Parts: sequence; structure tokens; C-alpha cells
Amino acid sequence: MAQSTTRKKPVGKMVAMGLVSIALYAALLLKQDLINGSFAKGGIYAFLPIVTAFVFSYFHGAFTGHFWTVLGVEAAKKKKEVK
Amino acid sequence: MHDIMANFINLDAITILYLFGVGFVGGLVSGFIGSGGAFVLTPGMMSLGVPGLVAVASNMCHKFPKALVGAIKRAKYGQVDVKLGVILGISAEAGVLYGAQIQENIKKAFGDAGSNLYVSLSFVVILATVGGFVLRDAWKTYKSGNSQEEEKTGKLAKWVQSINIPGTMVYFKSLNARISVLFTIPLGFATGMLAATIAVGGFIGVPAMIYVLGAPSLMASATELVIAFVMGLGGSFKYAMHGLVDIRLAMIILAGSLFGIQLGAIGTTYVKPFMIKVVMGSIMVIVLFSRGLMVPVYLAQLGLIGALSDTTVKLLKTTSFAIMIFALLLGAFIVLRAMWQGKQAEKLRLASGALEHGEV
Repeated sequence: MAQSTTRKKPVGKMVAMGLVSIALYAALLLKQDLINGSFAKGGIYAFLPIVTAFVFSYFHGAFTGHFWTVLGVEAAKKKKEVK
Repeated sequence: MHDIMANFINLDAITILYLFGVGFVGGLVSGFIGSGGAFVLTPGMMSLGVPGLVAVASNMCHKFPKALVGAIKRAKYGQVDVKLGVILGISAEAGVLYGAQIQENIKKAFGDAGSNLYVSLSFVVILATVGGFVLRDAWKTYKSGNSQEEEKTGKLAKWVQSINIPGTMVYFKSLNARISVLFTIPLGFATGMLAATIAVGGFIGVPAMIYVLGAPSLMASATELVIAFVMGLGGSFKYAMHGLVDIRLAMIILAGSLFGIQLGAIGTTYVKPFMIKVVMGSIMVIVLFSRGLMVPVYLAQLGLIGALSDTTVKLLKTTSFAIMIFALLLGAFIVLRAMWQGKQAEKLRLASGALEHGEV
């Protein structure tokens, strides 16, 4: 009998987030000169690297999270007791 | 403006893979102990030809999004005390600014060698005292055979929790106690100062939360990620204002480190809490030797001891860097091994549970 704890693996979400992640990295590496030129201007342009970091961490973070789940690497079933 | 582009190195496939790999291992360790990786990443980038300040800035710009993802993941396991992290993080920010100012003054007065000597000596003194203490405590727990038991609050933390200073008391869920923010401010400040000096504030922050405030190891290491986020965000913005962040380097390291930090965070749910201290203490003590090796190089550059031959300097530098990489890899190995053992133990537990209930 299948265990009740078995859940459906988020393959679709992983692929979707993975594709967005790949697109972001492709854009970053293909447009290096343009990006470096504007991101390094300093002053008000300081928002550019900060916003970029948030955007990448959102999509790539979600992708890596689903990636380990799909591989079956998940947190221990019984959570540790924390004071 | 004219030499802005000189700050940016050319990226080839090998460089990208190297940054991704170091990012992954650094992320794995950070997800587990709350910090780490930066001490290898910054010199690692510099060895590729990245100017020192750009390396520090780019490292910081990968640190805050990584810490954010790690903190969210560990919050799901109930390990994060956001209030404690934010309060410590704000005072840490002040510590970073002060630490950076000290660094600048030392650099002005004694040049690069003086600044490097200060960084190395800070490493040696702090890692020897704090790292030695953490490792000894982990060893004592292991020897006592009580590693399965819940951690006890130490004497110092009990005293800190017993002090009542009206108007400054705040309740923290990780401590399950009210403590005065007058204790958290200097701790956060010291964490920030260390982050500005050796790039790894967690070597002070995590032990301080455990031994001075009385937080359990798992919560301390998870809460450190909140501090790292607050500190890293402010620091990155400051560097970005001067155009020093190489976003390509930061995001490539982030690509690897997000795989690592997720894994490290998952790892904390499988291990006994004292393993946090084992990993942290081991890394600290090994890194101490790495930095200690560099002290004669800087002393010679400052003319405080006789000149060293080029071969000796090269040998010391290479050995020092190799030891740092070894420290990080050892940390990653301990995390993965502990995870594997925890996973096997869980499988056995689930299988025996199923047998008992006649499900097989």
C-alpha cells in the first residue's frame, strides 16, 4: 500500500522555474557589456544589481528547491523539536 | 568612469564552473551553519584577477539573496527567530560600517600589508578563541553521550536572561525568554565588525547567540541567515553606489550556492544539534591555520621581520589557500555525511514503524 506521506513531485513547477532561470542567466551572459556598463554607474543605478539579485533568487531559489524535492531529497519527516 | 570596465574580468567556461562549484560548497555550509564560504570566495575571485573591493562587493551581493532563500527554507522548519535576526542585523550593519572605517584607517596608515596583517591576526585570534571553544563544547557533548538530548542553556546565557533592565526587555521565541537589547546590540555590532574584517560575521554571531543569549544551535545558525541578509543587503547597496558590484560574478556564485543552501538547510533536519558546532568549530580551527601561515608574509612586507624569498612567499600563499579550500570541503563532507546517516536512520525508523503496524 502506498504510504499516505507520498506526495506528487513538483516536476512541472521545477521545469517552469528552471526555464525562467535559464533565460535570466542567458540574458545576463549574452548582454554582459550592456549590463556591466549600466550596473557599474553607481549612485541611483545601485538599485539595478539589488533588484537583479532579488529576481534571480526568487526564480532560481524556487527552481533549486523543487529540484531537490524532485530528486527525493527532502526534510526529515518528523520535525526536530525546537524550544 | 573611464576605468569602470577594468573592474570586470572576462568570463570563460572554466571560470564560470569554478565560481559555480565554490558557490555550491559555500552555500551548502551556509545553509547548515548560517555562514561560511565567503572566506574562500573572496580570495578565490581575487585569484582570477578580480580587484579586491569588487570581489568583496560581488561576494556580498550573492550573500544576501542566498541568505534570504536559506532563511525562508529554514523558517519552514520552525528554526528562524526573525525578530532576533532583524535586531541583531541592524546593530551588525553599524558594526560593518565601523569595521570598514577601521580597515580604511589601517590601510591609510600602514598600507596593504598592514591591512592584510590586521585581517589575518583578527582571523587567528578570534578563530582560536571562539573556534576552540565551540569545538571543545561539541567534543564534550559527544563524549558525554548526551548528543541526543536537548541542549541546555549555559551559565552565561542563564545570567544574561536573568538580568532585567526596564524599558529594554524584548521577548525572543528562540530563547523562550525576555532579554535586554543592551546585550544584543554589542553582539550584533561585533558580528558586523567581524563581517567587515574577515567576511564571515557568523563566526561571532552564531556562537554569541548560543553561548551568550542561550539560543539552541539550530535556531542560532538559522537566525544568522537573517542577520546575513540584513547586513548583506545594506553592504551590497553601499558598494553598488560606487559601482563595485560585478553582478555576473555574484549571480553565477548564487546559481551554485542556491543549490547548496537548500541542501544544507534540509540537512539540519536530519542531524543532532551539536553537529552545527562540530562543523562550525572544525572550519574555524582549520581556517585559523590557513590565515596564520600568511602572518609571516605580511610581517616581512612591513619590515618587522627579515625578508622572505619569493619561493617561500608563493609556497605560503598556495598552502594557505589550499587549507582554506580544505576547510570548506571538510565542512561540506561532514554535512553530507551527517545527512546521509540521518536519512538512513529515518528509513530504518519508518520501516520498523511499518512492520509494527503490520503494514508490510
